[in-house]
Amino acid sequence: MSDEEEIILSELNDEDLVLQMHDDLYDGMKEEIEEAVNILLERGWQPYDVLTKALVEGMRIVGIDFRDGILFVPEVLLAAGAMKGGMAILKPLLAETGAPRLGAMVIGTVKGDIHDIGKNLVTMMMEGAGFEVKDLGINNPVENYIEALETGEFDILGMSALLTTTMPYMKVVIDTMVEKGMRDDFTVLVGGAPLNEEFGKAIGADAYCRDAAVAVETAKEFMAKKHNQMAAG
Amino acid sequence: MDTQVTDKLTKLIETQGWVLADGATGTNLFNAGLQAGEPPEFWNEEHPDRITALYQGAVDAGSDLFLTNSFGGNASRLKLHNAEKRAHELSKISAEIGREVADKSSRDIIVAGSMGPTGEIMGAAGTLSHEDAVEMFHEQAEGLIAGGADVLWVETISAPEEYAAAADAIARTGHPWAGTMSFDTAGRTMMGTTSAGMVKMVDDLGYAPMAFGANCGVGASDLLRTVLGFVEGGATKPIISKGNAGIPKYVDGHIHYDGTPELMAQYAVLARNSGAKIIGGCCGTMPNHLRAMRKALEETLVGAPPTLDEIAAALGGFSSESDGTDGGGPKRRERRRGRG
Repeated sequence: MSDEEEIILSELNDEDLVLQMHDDLYDGMKEEIEEAVNILLERGWQPYDVLTKALVEGMRIVGIDFRDGILFVPEVLLAAGAMKGGMAILKPLLAETGAPRLGAMVIGTVKGDIHDIGKNLVTMMMEGAGFEVKDLGINNPVENYIEALETGEFDILGMSALLTTTMPYMKVVIDTMVEKGMRDDFTVLVGGAPLNEEFGKAIGADAYCRDAAVAVETAKEFMAKKHNQMAAG
Repeated sequence: MDTQVTDKLTKLIETQGWVLADGATGTNLFNAGLQAGEPPEFWNEEHPDRITALYQGAVDAGSDLFLTNSFGGNASRLKLHNAEKRAHELSKISAEIGREVADKSSRDIIVAGSMGPTGEIMGAAGTLSHEDAVEMFHEQAEGLIAGGADVLWVETISAPEEYAAAADAIARTGHPWAGTMSFDTAGRTMMGTTSAGMVKMVDDLGYAPMAFGANCGVGASDLLRTVLGFVEGGATKPIISKGNAGIPKYVDGHIHYDGTPELMAQYAVLARNSGAKIIGGCCGTMPNHLRAMRKALEETLVGAPPTLDEIAAALGGFSSESDGTDGGGPKRRERRRGRG
């Protein structure tokens, strides 16, 4: 538990430093995360390894405790902010080294609905997990989603609704994807307070995600499946 | 005015032992033709007849108190419809219509000026400052008071910082107020506040509400667990209980709340037994539910507080095993090496 002795990050060996980073992400300590990312890079770590072993793994632990009702939104926001600090250092390096992508998602609240806290949380947690995310904002007609998906930049579509009156619009979007013959090219995740699994199935989504942590886990599962299929095919 | 209203509510609680609040605003307005995405507050001006009908529906069903159609009437929410300058005006009209309905009634009816959340995140990782939130709430509060609201009614709050900002804003007006939070995440608010935590927070406020409690959230069972938590937490002020009429279900392209009037009647009686003094519904609660609730409250004697098992048996199970007040449930993990 907490001892008062000060921790000098640069004096920790790699293994301890990574574990300390998991703790510091959990505690939302942005400056410490930035410092540790730089230390690992100086020690010759690949940017992709820093991302996956230190940051993404740390956020995975945050996600589990958020899902289990141990951490709440304020703590998760601080953790995501710390992650973002580390990510800002890694991003240009990741692009330079041609590191593999974890996946990309386009997300938006559906037409008629102006709620955005839940969607913003999913965006932050997905980014925290190393996904690229494009946020379409609130009140999106079907055209916005289709236009984004047609760019070919995305693997996953995320839709959010907080109103019982707007959630049926998700089906309009999915039906349009089916009409255009593009439904099977994407994983569709849906979420929002009034939704449930039954509703997700009824409208033809791949999964209903109860909260942002579940969204991340589900997205990872689907991406793993997709990679396996590509490897097999 | 303040003491007069306090007396009105206190008198009602004294003579009846309880006060019946209203039900859903959104569900009722959608049934009246409100389109998704359309701000309900615009209807105060465009369709005052429908807002009158909304309030009248609650009064005729036996509510002693109803909330004005101004939940999203703060500058931050109205901004999404390019109407951020209209917070005072639209809130004022919502209360004026309410005043008219209340004054026409033969019973004493309390007009409660609804103030919903800003929708912004406050606190350490947030984007909205305390000062800005106070300004927004104050602007809306002034509008509601100008329109004739007897009491201001802050609802569906998740963050203690936002509740405190509303308190500071209303302190400027000197008007009486009540405020509820929404406990929808493992028995806590989205920001992690427990029922016991709210009791302490309310006690520590400089300008305290005359009543406090819970609204919306998950289902009627969870809400009653929260009410029991308030009592357990040492609440001294009247407790408000406004639960949803069951859980929304998707049937043939439409949404139905599965809570029947009979279930809400049981909920009302259990809420009172649990210690709530001001009892109403939230999403999905229609006049027929309110009627059943009134009847049940009038025809049933106050009983002992229910156990959690009794609540689950009557209204259905809970959304989480623990609500964070009993020391049960999952724990925060051990830090490997924390920073002092």
